Amino acid sequence: MTKPDFVYVTYIATTPEKVWQALVDTDVMRQYWCGLSTDCPGYVNVSDWQPGSRWEHQPMDGSGEARIVGTVIESRAPRRLVYTWARPTDAEDASKHSQVAFDIEPHTDGLVRLTVTHTDLERDPEMLAGVSGGWPKVLSNLKTLLETGQVLPGSPSRV
Amino acid sequence: MSDIDKVFKALADPGRRRLLDLLHHDNGQMLSALCEHMDMTRQAVTQHLQQLEAANLVAVVWQGREKLHYLNPVPLHEIHERWIGKFERARLGALHDLKTKLEGDGHDKT
Repeated sequence: MTKPDFVYVTYIATTPEKVWQALVDTDVMRQYWCGLSTDCPGYVNVSDWQPGSRWEHQPMDGSGEARIVGTVIESRAPRRLVYTWARPTDAEDASKHSQVAFDIEPHTDGLVRLTVTHTDLERDPEMLAGVSGGWPKVLSNLKTLLETGQVLPGSPSRV
Repeated sequence: MSDIDKVFKALADPGRRRLLDLLHHDNGQMLSALCEHMDMTRQAVTQHLQQLEAANLVAVVWQGREKLHYLNPVPLHEIHERWIGKFERARLGALHDLKTKLEGDGHDKT
């Protein structure tokens, strides 16, 4: 296993089931998943989330055009979700794919620890730069949504 | 202590900020590699890392027997979101670029 490029951790006052739902249910996703750029149209990740299935990172601008695509590697509700991550143009070239893992663990005091690990990003330096700024925003939004029912003020993802 | 208190307390020490700078430069380092750049004992570095981990500013990943330390920017992002509005970002970014340009790259990062 290669060394992860980024590891992001957030503690959320919720249940593992709700975190899992937020990762796979587009109705929840559309409320917090902001894009990798600052002017964010909001995104949803679409798949049936079965191992081997394709998933697509689609903007909610109505274009239906996937920005990121990949394959579900591991899907173990409500604890672990792993998928590959690639530009649509590199979908057939596995040497350029990176990998994202979500680990959901119950923690003390009614908190859930969500860890996002992104590996093999050095295969695409431009993607590395974009992704490193995007994940903290997505996770902050997710935490706020699950704890308060609302996203952070100033976030444009509630369109 | 609240989560945000832990973050500010962890950031209130130049040695711990130096550790975060080292991880920002090269993420996923072991204790021994970090110690090479720190002018303090291994025990002191360990304690600083534990405090950063308690504040969730550092995340630890085990790979086999190697304990890797990662900068976790999520709490910093929450602070940023709390006090910096979306319309201020561009202006603050421009101001930051100007300051960096005028002061050169060698300005004090601590």
